[in-house]
Amino acid sequence: MDKLLEILRSLNLDIDVETETGLIDKGILDSFDVVTLVAEIDRVFGVAVPPEELTAENFNSAQGLEALIRRLPSN
Amino acid sequence: MGFVSYSFVLSVGILLVVYYRISGKWQWPILLTASIAFVTAESGNTLAYLGGAALCAWSGGRWLRRNQTRFDRTTARRKNKVVLLLCLGTMLSVLCVCKVRFSFRNILLPLGISYYTFQAVGYLLDIHRGRETGTSNPLKLFLFLSYFPQLVQGPISRYSQLAPQLFAAHSYDPKQVSMGLQRLLWGYFKKLVIADRIAPAVSALRGNADAGIWLLSLLYGVQIYADFTGGMDIAIGLSQAFGIRLPENFLHPFGSKNVAEYWRRWHVTLGQWMRDYVFYPVSVSAPLRALNQQARKKLGPLGKRIPVYLASAVTWLCTGIWHGITPNFLVWGMMNWGVITISQELTPLYQRFHRRFSWTKQPWYGAWEAARTFCLMNLIRAVDLFPNVGTYFRRLGTIPDLSTAVWKALGLSGTDVGILLAGIGLMTCVSIVQTKAGSLRELMWDRPILRYSLTFALFLCVLLMGVYGVGYDQGNFIYNQF
Repeated sequence: MDKLLEILRSLNLDIDVETETGLIDKGILDSFDVVTLVAEIDRVFGVAVPPEELTAENFNSAQGLEALIRRLPSN
Repeated sequence: MGFVSYSFVLSVGILLVVYYRISGKWQWPILLTASIAFVTAESGNTLAYLGGAALCAWSGGRWLRRNQTRFDRTTARRKNKVVLLLCLGTMLSVLCVCKVRFSFRNILLPLGISYYTFQAVGYLLDIHRGRETGTSNPLKLFLFLSYFPQLVQGPISRYSQLAPQLFAAHSYDPKQVSMGLQRLLWGYFKKLVIADRIAPAVSALRGNADAGIWLLSLLYGVQIYADFTGGMDIAIGLSQAFGIRLPENFLHPFGSKNVAEYWRRWHVTLGQWMRDYVFYPVSVSAPLRALNQQARKKLGPLGKRIPVYLASAVTWLCTGIWHGITPNFLVWGMMNWGVITISQELTPLYQRFHRRFSWTKQPWYGAWEAARTFCLMNLIRAVDLFPNVGTYFRRLGTIPDLSTAVWKALGLSGTDVGILLAGIGLMTCVSIVQTKAGSLRELMWDRPILRYSLTFALFLCVLLMGVYGVGYDQGNFIYNQF
């Protein structure tokens, strides 16, 4: 979780990344941020996120992202 | 029979009565019959194209589902890639050929082909991704693609959002029917009183090389906004009267403070479609992931942004091509991409600037940002009007001649100018109220005298000030041509 939070903080979103649950629904993350996040997840965790997983459910919170990373197979 | 005709209005009136008198299970077949009638009134060709797309998407969807239920996920995805490529290739090739014929031989596009093709592609991709199971009934898919309120110029719907509403039974709800018809009337106001009144002035300026580009871009911006949002109000209002909610396509875009925000608020459903079915898949594709790794090693922090910008460039090229095959639309796409990319790169500077100067939080600064974005988007949008891109850039560099002769040549009488200014003022006020307080129709619902008075006044405006008669092409919406 710490590495994931570090990635989220590097996006300079000006919010508490640990507790926020509306990253997509509130428009905090735009599509550029999502793609940057996906690239960082690939680099740090060795997990490729397919397009069908680029959903609000997975990207609305750090917890959602963590569950996604755990669920996807490693490269 | 387009949206703007007496026969259409009469037909919709009859259809509404029939729709709410029959049993719920017959409502979607009634909508299907109405959609077929609407398309057939346009041309038999259009019906054939729609039927072909529906058959392709339906049979492709059934095949995908069959493999998904018979095989494990990995095997199913491998087998489905061929079916998917075949179906998508067929539908998108037909779209491309039609667009080439329109651009270079002036052969009219089949009605709504850009919109229903994208809906069909989205339907197949959602099944492939496991987010949708689709339908075993080809007529239901045909209705999803041909649903007449959205056929002319969108919005581009998703099957998962529209299908449950299309095929459900709907009871007569006087509030929904009333509010839907009010919105329809508002759409006719924008289209007939504002957009069609300003259209001849835009044509006159477009043909006058000495007039430069600034005034043209402003008037065209007003025309296309009134035309497109008016069309959306007609589509969404009409659909609301049937108890079916279409997605919003405009979220007060002229209040945007930058180009990226503008494109989240203008033609929303196209932007979301491009994001979900082009930008995201391209961004996370194996070649771009490999490029990402290489670019980081060689270029550091800039390296991790280059693949994103590449994916964005592909998306904007596709968005340009969706509008048209001629070079100006490709240039238009790249201009939007260029501005957004430069803004992304300058984001750290903007953030430091905003933190350093507290006056950037003042309302006047926000108004300046919105005005700046409005002017910039008007200029970029004006590229639409010049298939010869060189002409656009020459006009951009021309000091405009705004003498009396040019104003007179616009073909607008004093009355026209007065009506336009009042109409634009009304559109602006309505937009501001909606931004601050939500739906005006909801606000007025519990004030029947006000509601009936304003509705009647609006009806009179459309009847008396709408642009009708010889010399005006009242039927065509600008976005119908895409």
